[in-house]
Amino acid sequence: MLRYTVRRLLQLVLVLVVLSLLLFLWLRSLPGGPVTAMLGDRSTPDKRAELTSVLGLDQPLMVQYGKFLGRVAHGNFGQSTGVAPGDSAIGVFADRFPATVELAIGALLFALVFGIPLGYLAARRRGGWLDNAGVVTSLLGVAVPVFFLAFLLKYIFAVKLGWLPPSGRQSPDIDATRVTGFFVLDGLLTREWDASWDAVKHLILPSIALGTIPFAVIFRITRSSVLDVQNEDFIRTAEAKGLTNRTIRSRHILRNALLPVVTVTGLQVGALLAGAVLTEKVFAFPGLGEALSIAFTKKDYPVLQVLILASATTFVLVNMLVDLSYAVIDPRIRTS
Amino acid sequence: MTRTSSAATPDLFAGPGAPGSSGSRGAGPLLSVQDLHVQFRRRGVEPFDAVDGVSFDVAPGQTVGLVGESGCGKSVTSLAIMRLLAGRTTRVTGRVDFEGTDLLSLSRGEMRDRRGRDLAMIFQDPLSSLNPVVPLGVQVGEVLQRHRGMRRSAALREAADLLDQVGIPDPGRRIKEYAHQLSGGMRQRALIAMALACRPRLLIADEPTTALDVTIQAQILSLLRSLVSDHGTALIMITHDLGVVAGLCDEVNVLYAGRVVERAERHELFERPAHPYTHGLLASIPRLDAAAGERLTPIRGSVSDNIPWTHGCAFAPRCEREIDTCRQRTPELVPHDERRGDHLLRCHNSVPLDQVVAEGLAGPGHVARAGHEAAVLDRAATGPADTAGGTR
Repeated sequence: MLRYTVRRLLQLVLVLVVLSLLLFLWLRSLPGGPVTAMLGDRSTPDKRAELTSVLGLDQPLMVQYGKFLGRVAHGNFGQSTGVAPGDSAIGVFADRFPATVELAIGALLFALVFGIPLGYLAARRRGGWLDNAGVVTSLLGVAVPVFFLAFLLKYIFAVKLGWLPPSGRQSPDIDATRVTGFFVLDGLLTREWDASWDAVKHLILPSIALGTIPFAVIFRITRSSVLDVQNEDFIRTAEAKGLTNRTIRSRHILRNALLPVVTVTGLQVGALLAGAVLTEKVFAFPGLGEALSIAFTKKDYPVLQVLILASATTFVLVNMLVDLSYAVIDPRIRTS
Repeated sequence: MTRTSSAATPDLFAGPGAPGSSGSRGAGPLLSVQDLHVQFRRRGVEPFDAVDGVSFDVAPGQTVGLVGESGCGKSVTSLAIMRLLAGRTTRVTGRVDFEGTDLLSLSRGEMRDRRGRDLAMIFQDPLSSLNPVVPLGVQVGEVLQRHRGMRRSAALREAADLLDQVGIPDPGRRIKEYAHQLSGGMRQRALIAMALACRPRLLIADEPTTALDVTIQAQILSLLRSLVSDHGTALIMITHDLGVVAGLCDEVNVLYAGRVVERAERHELFERPAHPYTHGLLASIPRLDAAAGERLTPIRGSVSDNIPWTHGCAFAPRCEREIDTCRQRTPELVPHDERRGDHLLRCHNSVPLDQVVAEGLAGPGHVARAGHEAAVLDRAATGPADTAGGTR
């Protein structure tokens, strides 16, 4: 188990090294180079030369890469030029990270809380109305583009019906104390319940928009997995023992059927990061995704670097955790 | 039968022999299967009778064999008794009286209360029959928790005891292990422990040794035999292996195409097999005393070469002794011989005894074989049974 963990951590380091190399080369292969990108097409040669030497771009590539790695290791990505001009790029990230985490958790909760029970029920009543409805819904969920669904939800539930707030993380009139940057958690910690509840309401629509694809995937995997497991011999053994439906469901069917669901959930984290860009944009939700889209339009390369590295790291870390948890819940992996 | 479903009654603990454990035991059979039909129905497919009017009795403590090739309906019969067939695609009719109660008329909940407590079952493939991600102790203990209302910790302790009783060494460690960590023989032992945990009065064993090595087979059979006789448990042994029948069964039902074609006491069956199908099954066993190079005599054709029972004898297309009547009239299951009323036969043209003797099939040769089987079993029973089946 320990060796496995260490090996996975080494893999993570390798992934990060390769990614940093790609990022490094990408910046240097921008049209006209980073200097043009920063100064624009009409800059004077003098200015360009000055900036080139200030940025160290006149040095050999290997030296530049070494310095780049050194800065990255210290968390020094330079200053934001577009998202929050003047702030450090890493500061922009730290600022917005909790928002996206809250959103991602909300989306995953939505996907799991609905996907697993519905997938189970659909499989147990295969061919029934719930099964058919679930399969169609999940197909629709994957087929409808995230931004369109987000617009639709916002239009219906926020604009037309006015049940939920249309944008932001918290209503501006709420004077909440900040502790961790996670607004829901902050409200709970400071006992400012209304602040917490307000943050939750702001999360509902974005979470549904972002969680629909993971929901559809988890629903389908759960369904097919339960269909497989319920025909296994050991389910017949459990029935032959006269066990209650509850025991058979939780201990014998779900414990086996959820193994692939865990894997897929980990992979969905990647889709969440991608979907967050669109969802956050539509709901003006100040998270990493929104920062990413601003950074792209304003060519804020320092922030882009941080965000790309961070999302890749998150993805690899989450999947490492998934693999490790897999070893915990499946004894066959643990002992082999 | 008015057994309540309360799980923790002490008489269950005491086993089938305990006074008051049942009101209707005694002279009558423990289980009486009467005219059992199982029909598989699928949309777009002609309904198919997998079991077509099977009747047999099992007395307390008795071992009854159901014998036949794959597809003859023996497993379906057992699943129907346990009511483990999918409700939507199968229709089960007839009666399955267990201690006087028709199991088929019970509600699903009442049946659930009985399964694992009054009647239990073990299956063919021990690996796939065990849950791969649940520790063995939990899988054994959950039966006790369910039917005897034991607490989890007490059930685990009892589970270790049970594993010990079925000959699994170091049970304290084994209860924390998983199916993949055990050998095939150990897995089947664990399944037997689960099945016998609540001291059921009837155990159904569906080809329990088919997936195992020959040496392990003998161990498992002798274990079954000793447990069954120690506890006074009745046993239905489903097998295609006549060697198993010879070593274990008191009475044998030979099934073909969903019907019993011959029923006899074990010695009677081996000495005087009267149905051409039984005869063929016996003849197809490889024999030690056969001359080298002598060819095996299989039954020609396969189970799928049937005609419906309504048109005559289902076995006719494969039968060596087919006569015209066989395809005109359906044979009934009737006493074969006036003097031996319990030898039943469903055949228009049975194998005469002198042919059986002339071929050396039954009589000394086969009894010797039966005796040989028994000897193997005895050796396994008394020998160092626990050392084999090492793990991992």
